Amino acid sequence: MAVPTYHTIRDLSKALRERKVSSVEITREYLQRIEQLDDRIKAYLHVNADAALKDAEAADAAIEKGEASRLTGIPLGIKDVLCIEGVPTTCGSKILKNYIPPYSATVIEKLRKERVVFLGKLNMDEFAMGSSTENSRFQVTRNPWDLDRIPGGSSGGSAAAVAGGMCAASLGTDTGGSIRQPAALCGIVGLKPTYGRVSRFGLIAFASSLDQIGPMTRSVWDAAALLTVIAGHDPKDSTSVPRETPDYTEGLEEGLRGLRIGIPKEYFIEGMDAEVEVRVQEALKAMEEAGAQMVEISLPHTDYAVATYYIIATAEASSNLARYDGVRYGYRDPSATTLRKMYEETRSEGFGTEVKRRIMLGTYVLSAGYYEAYYRKAQQVRTLIRDDFKAAFEKCDVIVTPTTPTPAFKVGEKADDPLQMYLSDIFTISVNLAGLPGISVPCGWTKRQLPVGIQFIGNLFGERTLLRAAYGYELLAPFSERYPDIIRTV
Amino acid sequence: MAIGRKEVGHIAALARLSLTDEEAQRLIKDLNAILGYVEKLDALDTKGVEPTSHTLEVTNAFREDVLRPFKEREKILKNSPARVESFFKVPPISEGVSST
Repeated sequence: MAVPTYHTIRDLSKALRERKVSSVEITREYLQRIEQLDDRIKAYLHVNADAALKDAEAADAAIEKGEASRLTGIPLGIKDVLCIEGVPTTCGSKILKNYIPPYSATVIEKLRKERVVFLGKLNMDEFAMGSSTENSRFQVTRNPWDLDRIPGGSSGGSAAAVAGGMCAASLGTDTGGSIRQPAALCGIVGLKPTYGRVSRFGLIAFASSLDQIGPMTRSVWDAAALLTVIAGHDPKDSTSVPRETPDYTEGLEEGLRGLRIGIPKEYFIEGMDAEVEVRVQEALKAMEEAGAQMVEISLPHTDYAVATYYIIATAEASSNLARYDGVRYGYRDPSATTLRKMYEETRSEGFGTEVKRRIMLGTYVLSAGYYEAYYRKAQQVRTLIRDDFKAAFEKCDVIVTPTTPTPAFKVGEKADDPLQMYLSDIFTISVNLAGLPGISVPCGWTKRQLPVGIQFIGNLFGERTLLRAAYGYELLAPFSERYPDIIRTV
Repeated sequence: MAIGRKEVGHIAALARLSLTDEEAQRLIKDLNAILGYVEKLDALDTKGVEPTSHTLEVTNAFREDVLRPFKEREKILKNSPARVESFFKVPPISEGVSST
């Protein structure tokens, strides 16, 4: 087996509707590649081959009847943080090991209406807390470009599966960079929409003022097509915004000419990997030559983003994760003789080290006497970070930065130093704090064949301009047909 | 504002976690390192700055207060670690009462 027959949703969708291939054939191809590669990459926690083939048969029947949409029959992988009715959903945690959701997330329902194919559930850091997928309680996912390295996180399984040709695209979630960072480190496209753009009903919550669901794909067009389906107001999620959502694939081709691209000086810092910097500078130069106007901007509170984030995100997590008490679902310590002991033993055994660390930190910053000093202070700094972006967007249409300071690091390299791990999200975190949309697009590879990503940041609900810029850049540096060598070994 | 053994025990109790000695020692080290890092926020003057709790333009989302019953009760109950008919079963709430 070699690389996928069709590289993008866009090409596959066309072939399906022209009956050059059936969804069953394509689904078999992806299932076969999972079987051959995933014992080494370990992207999937759960593969549902029978259900996937049934989805594919239904898609083929719809295509036959001329009822196909552009996503009909496309095989997708889903991060294991999203509920699919009847399918095990663990969130990478032992505390949810046996959980079978009685309902599906709104994004899943929307995709089902398009008759996509659900291949299975993808690995992640436990409760989406991590930047390497090493915090999964079940397995460590490997970067398909170098199996000794991490795929990024927390949506590491979602990124590795797309990079390794084990699904046409996937869904991830992004609280501080968990879509964009693994997309960058695996050489694919990852889009975090504006906060409020996509319903989170059926998403297992980590930090509710930051979490957002988004597509992880092989091209910008694919991300736009998936966003078009999953976006929109949902009465079941009171934080989803009642705004019109267009077809995001329209207007992509308007190009870079005349776009004002803001370059924040605070994002080109000491300690950044030299090859990453070179790739990003080359990309900026290419966009300027293509007619974009480069504007130097300043986001002066950038250096405070990681600290702000780790107060706000852990505070919200400590509250959200209080629900795992061993009473209604998931793991329960069977030996406890009183209710209080049952709570404590269940949570202590059910949660892993990083999750406990964040629950402890979040509980501390919210506890009596410390709330003002930490939580309220962080919320105020969050305002300053938002205001930085507001001012910047008066001077530019879209902001461009590196997605990560370094390429993928080695498995185990940062596992014992939480602070170093947190700092690997330094370029993605501000975007969540400000609620903005952001996308990472591949911008080249290092000499060791490790992918490098470039991040585009849009204004609130500015996905159209954001995607137009990303698409314009992608035309200058098209990488959707580039695959890691491992895919050719089977 | 250094965290010691006593503070870690207090936070763990609030969070309903029971920690081994080794875990507690490790958390003292990690939490102090992280709190030391976030102290950099103190350098910023935030007097008079409104806090941001979320970035949405909407402040509330109202709906009619009507019941929408979920009909698959069994699917919910099946997930429970212990149940009696349609109830979740838990160990005794009071200390010193034996479980039946």
